[in-house]
Amino acid sequence: MAAQTSPLARDGHTRGTGRLRRIAGVLSLAGVVALGTWTVMAQGQGLPVTAARILNAAAEPQNWLTYNGTYNSQRYSTLSQITPQNVTRLESKWVLQNQVFGAWQSNPIVVDGVMYLTERPNDVMAVDAKTGRMFWLYRWAPAADARVCCGANNRGVAILGDTLFMGTLDGHLIAIDARNGKPLWNVTVADVKLAYSITLAPLIIKDKVVVGVGGGEFGIRGFIAAFDPKTGKESWRFNAVPGPGEKGHDTWQGDHWKSGGGSVWVTGSYDPELNLTYWGIGNPGPDWNPFQRPGDNLYTDSVVALDADTGELKWHFQFTPNDGYDYDSVQVPVLADLDWKGTPTKVMMWANRNGFFYVLDRRTGKFLLGEPFVKVNWASGLDANGRPIQTRQPAGMPTYPGNQGGTNWYPPSFSPRTGLFYFSAWENYGTIYRAEESTYQPGRNFSGGGFTVVTPVPGAPTIGIGRRGPINNWTDEVGNGAVIAMDPQTGKAKWKVTQFDVTDGGMLTTATDLLFTGGREGYFHALDARTGALLWKVNLGGQIVMAPVTYQVEGKQYVSVIAGSAFFTFALREN
Amino acid sequence: MRFSSVLSLLLCGGLLLAAPGRALAQPTADHQYTTEDIQAGSRLYAGQCALCHGANGDGINGVDLRRGVFRRSVSDDDLARVITTGIAAAGMPSFKFQAPELTAVLAYIRAGFDPSGTPVKVGNPERGRTLFAGKGACATCHRVNGVGPRTAPDLSDIGAVRTLGALQRSLLDPTSAMLPINRPLRAVTKDGRTVRGRRLNEDTYTVQLIDDKEQLVSLTKSDLKEYELGKTSPMPAATKTLSADEIADVLAYLLTLKGGL
Repeated sequence: MAAQTSPLARDGHTRGTGRLRRIAGVLSLAGVVALGTWTVMAQGQGLPVTAARILNAAAEPQNWLTYNGTYNSQRYSTLSQITPQNVTRLESKWVLQNQVFGAWQSNPIVVDGVMYLTERPNDVMAVDAKTGRMFWLYRWAPAADARVCCGANNRGVAILGDTLFMGTLDGHLIAIDARNGKPLWNVTVADVKLAYSITLAPLIIKDKVVVGVGGGEFGIRGFIAAFDPKTGKESWRFNAVPGPGEKGHDTWQGDHWKSGGGSVWVTGSYDPELNLTYWGIGNPGPDWNPFQRPGDNLYTDSVVALDADTGELKWHFQFTPNDGYDYDSVQVPVLADLDWKGTPTKVMMWANRNGFFYVLDRRTGKFLLGEPFVKVNWASGLDANGRPIQTRQPAGMPTYPGNQGGTNWYPPSFSPRTGLFYFSAWENYGTIYRAEESTYQPGRNFSGGGFTVVTPVPGAPTIGIGRRGPINNWTDEVGNGAVIAMDPQTGKAKWKVTQFDVTDGGMLTTATDLLFTGGREGYFHALDARTGALLWKVNLGGQIVMAPVTYQVEGKQYVSVIAGSAFFTFALREN
Repeated sequence: MRFSSVLSLLLCGGLLLAAPGRALAQPTADHQYTTEDIQAGSRLYAGQCALCHGANGDGINGVDLRRGVFRRSVSDDDLARVITTGIAAAGMPSFKFQAPELTAVLAYIRAGFDPSGTPVKVGNPERGRTLFAGKGACATCHRVNGVGPRTAPDLSDIGAVRTLGALQRSLLDPTSAMLPINRPLRAVTKDGRTVRGRRLNEDTYTVQLIDDKEQLVSLTKSDLKEYELGKTSPMPAATKTLSADEIADVLAYLLTLKGGL
């Protein structure tokens, strides 16, 4: 894979920058006030961002060109200026305040010194990545009847050529001119009245913009679709819940498939050699009543491998058949080429909301390994094919992991240097589920019961989807967070660092074996990726619910992370 | 008479004692709800609202439905409007409830999420006030409206923030009802200083407490050589000092404590 780039690629880029530097030096010597000129030149290629550049994104480590950085979604950067030795010299360079209420889950794109970032509900901004000053702001006001289960989230834009692409809470896909923030086209992907939404960042694959739809709590029928970046015309669609005549339809009875859920709200991955794109599919509907929809309910709680040109299903792997626990499989598919028991193997690593860590062969979907990483009691284990042996708990008894899962959408990272897979987990967190018959009504909640978080005292404060306030009065007795460094070869943690509160922090690793992550407590940490040792931390005072990114401008490496209502950017002190 | 009906009446009465102009977790004067409303509301809430607002109603920042803390609403009509039209900017959808369903959800919210019907006997609040300060010795540790020590949690608004069932449980079996955050804490710093107090907040690296001299103390865990949290409540069960009728009186008094300062 392209992303496992050797340091040479980075050096190649650095040489280019060095040449610009020399030119700037000459200009200075010539008596020209070169500062502004130098800045412009040092921003590298800038726009357009061609499909070839995205394919080789790892060769531009100064940039962050897709939601997950590169097609293999490793969130591993070859930038090496910040090291374990100097990381304590990080200082705040700029802060961008968000005035919109609610958790900020967005992931920025960075193109040669310009950052493209979204905020709630559907604002897009272009920001100077060096100073935090804004070039332009585009605001889309979603229709008033837009419905989302869990917050007016938008996780970012995609870029191709000179155009940004954003999905909206009311189910639109909008193309925006990256140079001035003006809309170019706007198409309806799905019906807002049926509670479809788009919260994920689109993925560009060659000449297509690929998106999925949210709404798994409202009885939608989920899908992934690809669009022409010039016109917005749909070019293919994969139904996450197969209808009559489609493969997998026999895992549904009667008309349940029509409201079967299968939302897609986290951006997938792509293997250019296999030309397969991989996406995680959300929970079946209704969420908590599996008895109401007998069968495996494909392709809910699965990963699907699609032909990137046609959307045709090549294989699938279902993590949680006939799910009754809301175990969306909307984690990021992380791709790597590993030596697997002596054979070079194209694998996919996946820490699932259901509490198991999986390794699959991404050519075929073959199950290679699966081990629980937190307490699990909804299944006693996995069979030889990776199918769970389900052990539903009696009514009123706690199920582990609880409703928010052992992990969730928080982007993981894989470092090819350490060979470890890093992710956020929720430990000692259980819920009591209640299954009830639900009647589907278009656009309305379709939950099939409910759940209660297990607390040491009845009615005590509990953990929610987001942090509930500055005082942790629920405590670790309701659940705690952990950063787990998983060895994919064994399915066992190489090391683990626990946090008092649970965490939705995503991961970023670098070629200097740094691991950057945060959590609900508002701490932003730099850990030693090999040992988990804490090297640096800062209290940013607001929950971190996305992964950090790193980029470089004018020879300086930056690390950015969102905490609470602010976007923070750090770099090394000058002296 | 079913308990819930008793509760409804009591809570309506309790309202008269409360400060005006403050959103409370109880029925406002403009509506009165039945047991059936509250129980129907419980089911609707679990299906339609709990996903975002949480089982305890505090899943959204700045909103605590069980305790009557809202961002915008004051009256029941305000609440009904928010539920019916939604708040698009905050991601709250509109709900197309039938009128009786809407009433039921409001009833459940206004009843403080306590439709369980746990048998609770509520006595005379005036007698309870006397017992609280006197025979019950509650005031030895608890503070109310600016009077008493801060060793144990301040109870000035306990009648608004706890359900009746939870209050009774605290009196009868304090350890089983102690919220984890309130656990007594004992720490020894690396330089040999011992700190005792009640935990106020904690994170991965630090813990905040009020110590036995009523000082606010923040400790960095890496500076400690010992850190213990007590699992047993320092509070004795009320049954050791009070009769069942007297406990009912104290409970009635606690229900009158609504804060509002």
